[in-house]
Amino acid sequence: MSSTHAHGPKPPHAFFQHHYDTVEQQAGAAKLGMWVFLATEILMFSGLFLAYFIVRAFYPEMVLGSHELLSKTMGGINTVVLLTSSFTMAMAVRSAQVGDTPGIVRNLYMTIGCALIFMVVKYFEYTGKFSHGIFPGKYFDYERAAAYAAEHGHELVGMPHIFFGVYFTMTGLHGVHVLAGIIVLTWILRRAQKGHFGPQYFTPVENVGLYWHIVDLVWIFLFPLLYLVK
Amino acid sequence: MATAHTPATEHAREPSFYEGKTGFKNWFITLDHKRLGMMYLVGTMVFFLVGGIAALTLRTELLTPEQDLVSATTFNKLFTVHGAVMVFLVIIPAVPAALGNFLLPLMLGVKDVAFPRLNLLSFWVYCFGACFFLFTLFAGGLDTGWTFYTPYSTTTGTAMLSATAGAFILGFSSILTGVNFIVTVHKMRAPGLTWNRLPLFVWAIYSTAVIQILATPVLAITLLLLIVERTLNIGIFDPAMGGDPVLYQHFFWFYSHPAVYIMILPGFGIISELIAVHSRKHIFGYKAIALSSIAIAIISFLVWGHHMFVSGQSELAGVVFSFLTFAVAVPTAIKVFSWVATLYKGSIEFNTPMLYALAFLFTFSIGGLTGIFLGSLSVDVHLHDTYFVVAHFHYVMMGGTIIAFIGGIHHWWGKMTGRMFNEAHAKWGVLLVFIGFNMTFFNQFVIGQQGMPRRYATYVPQFQQQHVLSTIGSYILGVGLLWTAIYLLRSLRSGPQAPDNPYGGASLEWQTQSPPIEHNFHGQPVADTDPYNFPQIDRSGGMDAH
Repeated sequence: MSSTHAHGPKPPHAFFQHHYDTVEQQAGAAKLGMWVFLATEILMFSGLFLAYFIVRAFYPEMVLGSHELLSKTMGGINTVVLLTSSFTMAMAVRSAQVGDTPGIVRNLYMTIGCALIFMVVKYFEYTGKFSHGIFPGKYFDYERAAAYAAEHGHELVGMPHIFFGVYFTMTGLHGVHVLAGIIVLTWILRRAQKGHFGPQYFTPVENVGLYWHIVDLVWIFLFPLLYLVK
Repeated sequence: MATAHTPATEHAREPSFYEGKTGFKNWFITLDHKRLGMMYLVGTMVFFLVGGIAALTLRTELLTPEQDLVSATTFNKLFTVHGAVMVFLVIIPAVPAALGNFLLPLMLGVKDVAFPRLNLLSFWVYCFGACFFLFTLFAGGLDTGWTFYTPYSTTTGTAMLSATAGAFILGFSSILTGVNFIVTVHKMRAPGLTWNRLPLFVWAIYSTAVIQILATPVLAITLLLLIVERTLNIGIFDPAMGGDPVLYQHFFWFYSHPAVYIMILPGFGIISELIAVHSRKHIFGYKAIALSSIAIAIISFLVWGHHMFVSGQSELAGVVFSFLTFAVAVPTAIKVFSWVATLYKGSIEFNTPMLYALAFLFTFSIGGLTGIFLGSLSVDVHLHDTYFVVAHFHYVMMGGTIIAFIGGIHHWWGKMTGRMFNEAHAKWGVLLVFIGFNMTFFNQFVIGQQGMPRRYATYVPQFQQQHVLSTIGSYILGVGLLWTAIYLLRSLRSGPQAPDNPYGGASLEWQTQSPPIEHNFHGQPVADTDPYNFPQIDRSGGMDAH
């Protein structure tokens, strides 16, 4: 049902939808919907975490040996970048609540900037792995990867293709979520520039913020499990 | 129960939601939950036909012990198509997405679901996923069975990727509907409509939505891992690459066992409505029925291991899963006994919806009780992968959900279409469906426990007599369903106008005209009591009525 059928009193803000009774009901519904959706996201990633733990329980030495090939520096930089973006995102929501439109725009630009930095770092990480024959699954080049590991004083044991299969699947799915985040962040940035948000109406900013924090949170678990495991 | 401020009868008839903007384009971008419900209904019915044709072909092949009509590979593809289409495209969306979409906002006395655009998106995603299934069919089919077990699914030469991608996409449709319904029930209720006054259909749809959002993401990640395993061989499920095929089964059944309750719970909801309205009596044990839906939703997540009693899980795990499986019987029995208690001393009207409800009680009880056999560890070792499982599953899914669904379609047919079907014709339909169904599946319990394995195109001659009986039953069932489709479709053209409340129902959907107007209600309906008070007609002596 569209908002074109307006009987009753004048809607309190331009984005009030007609099938709701009150603004509070609309905002409450959107927020509950977002939380329920985030629950599905967590459950989806939890499947991957379970897969990771099972692989690690099956092949502990293999996981230990393989993880040394991941760059702790790059992973660390990305962790800092994402944490910063969560802060700027929270600031954007705060700016919306107090009606500071330039503040929303500024903070959203910074958030999107961090997301882009994350993806660029991820790109260099992936291509760096590929250049040493470290591909997921059957494309894994054991000899080149072992040679690369030996150069750095590490040893590959067992079936490292499984670890990197899990690594690429987990970080890949997370990367897809970062890309989706960039798209929705750009969308609310455009809306903020048009002055859509203020103390009366900031649900989209808040919901995108919740989503972005989940993307951050997943990485907070991925980083130690994949890069720092000992 | 409820009185609209301006009862529909005093209102001049307004154009229904079918009138107004018509044409393909306006339907395809509609945000109206009623139109989306009707489109889902058409979609699920089309695929019901596809899955049904596959089933009848299978049954025809099984007329003789030899392989004659189709090759063994085609047979495998046919039962895969039958299972995958019926599960993912028919039963899962049938009640929640078709009837649920149409009825939920009406029963809650509101104008629409919480997120109408998400609802439309969910429908598009359903169509998109269905395209992948159709592509699979034209790309030569898939022969793994609907469960896509590894390692066969990662090595088979058939169209595995499009089928799994289709199921993956359909999962999103399911999730979006689930999110929408949960929020709608929490946030959008008419004044006075407290949780204890919700129709039991709403409780059932709500519990279903909870399972949908908790289980479906796990299916999504399972299928994603399966796709990655198939394309890149990352070595998580495939033993040749160092993976564990039993892990796939854990992943798959963690979704797919709760999914069985996604399929049956909405059917329970329909039966609660049908039995109360058509026996003119307050539902017995309202709270017990409502909360048993939630109990089933919770327990459903703890029993997945009973699919794997012979897959090599530990004995302790088997014992625990077996015990938890038995626990499901408790909330389920609460429901069945409550329905029977509702019938007791009710003024039962033996019309078509009620006959379907009674058929459900009969077939579902058989389906449920045979589940106890399969949940028992030692008995299951004997019955595993036999026709006993086939019969049990069909008694629950076909004899449970589909019978309830058809009964629900009849119950709300006047509300949805504005036309009444022909009772006499419909009763013949019930008879054919009931006889055909039982004839098809009852003797499968017998040949199953005699050792007839499932999924075989050929068999030893001693089973032929029973297989012929099954096949004849399936033809009768097919004729019954076809007959039902014919008289229902004919009623659209020539059926009498449906009254607003043909059966004297007391929930809010009966407070608006048939078919409803675009905004559902004239004015804001208010719920005064719970939806099972039939004061004028209820002669139960106040035993359970308030």
